[in-house]
Amino acid sequence: MSELTSEGGHGAVPTGPEVPVEPKPALSRRDWPLYEVFVRGKRGLNHVHVGSLHAPDDEMAVHAARDLYTRRNEGVSIWVVRAADITASSPDEKDPMFAPSGDKVYRHPTFYEIPENVPHM
Amino acid sequence: MAHEETVYEALDHAHGGEGQWAFGTGFDEPLAGVDTTVPDGIDPVDLGAYCLMLGDDALVLAQRLTQWITAAPELEEEVAIANVALDLLGQARLLLARAGSVGVLGRSRQLATESIPDEDALAYFRDADEFRNSSLVEAPNGDFAQTMVRLLVASTVRLAVFARLRESRDPVLAAIAAKGVNELAYHRDHAARWVLRLGDGTEESHRRAQDGADAVWPLLAHVFAATDVEDRLTTAGVAVDPAATREEVTAVLTEVLERATLRVPPWPADAPPHGREGRHGPELTELLAGLQGLARQHPAATW
Repeated sequence: MSELTSEGGHGAVPTGPEVPVEPKPALSRRDWPLYEVFVRGKRGLNHVHVGSLHAPDDEMAVHAARDLYTRRNEGVSIWVVRAADITASSPDEKDPMFAPSGDKVYRHPTFYEIPENVPHM
Repeated sequence: MAHEETVYEALDHAHGGEGQWAFGTGFDEPLAGVDTTVPDGIDPVDLGAYCLMLGDDALVLAQRLTQWITAAPELEEEVAIANVALDLLGQARLLLARAGSVGVLGRSRQLATESIPDEDALAYFRDADEFRNSSLVEAPNGDFAQTMVRLLVASTVRLAVFARLRESRDPVLAAIAAKGVNELAYHRDHAARWVLRLGDGTEESHRRAQDGADAVWPLLAHVFAATDVEDRLTTAGVAVDPAATREEVTAVLTEVLERATLRVPPWPADAPPHGREGRHGPELTELLAGLQGLARQHPAATW
């Protein structure tokens, strides 16, 4: 069973002895853990994954996220989480995980009319 | 997404001006829509000279920080340093524009072609002896630790000045200061975090941070002594007496260094602010060559 990381914001990426990996990055970089960054665009909306970065610790990760991902007035709130702390679904389990919901149209709330003055739905 | 629309609008706007001078920032007039009338009882020449001091501090430190681009220890930190430099460049632009709006342009206006805005003429067409920045910001960067110590000191000093400057009788200066305070608070915080981590880090990082502090501290000699211009403008309610910030600056710096397990170097005795009078070391001439060389070689270039 491969370990999973979410390097680069591309979702679950299997890593392990059987998966070829790129050469180890530079020495200092290897010491800095990978963080995934979530930014909330404005009040009332959810935090959205915007990318990842390396930082020496949690606080500096928030700083780096501010400098990398909110330079153009994108956010009012930032979450960072170590990529290693994310438990991701496995690509191997994709079909049993997601296929069963594919044909259940009655689960979609498309049979309701949404009033015009209800935003963000 | 909403923010992308804004970005593209800004880009469109920037490209709207045909024949934009190649070395300027483009976009709007920096003081567009602002009443630049000088309030009664304020000498415009003094006001302009004071704006040059504050503006040049920002411009020169921005240029120093920019020297880390492509050389910073980590990509994330490189962007952080660039953001700080850009904030300072924005402050410099407003302050130099204010100096230009009261007619303090010196020789730069004759050297720069007419299409070049005042603030760019001041940035690109003044020689070192016309710059009014303090020696604190023009000193070479040193290593990363020293750069962060200098940024900590410079942003602590500038934040203390700007916080008081929000009450300036010149409404333009007051507005520039009000905008700058948030930026400077972040710069100070960012630098302080690095000083804490380097000082209280490994043996090597501690040594480098301590060496950095020892190298930067003597530059504080030129920070608290006021020029005649600052004295007159302080009396007129326009400027901040730098001596009035001493207590706050020393308290903040002492706290950060102590928490970083660094020894606070001896506080230097006040010395005349030579930089404020246009007397600089060869470091500034070299820095300005990098900043101004291209604009002076191709003064009429457009894009």
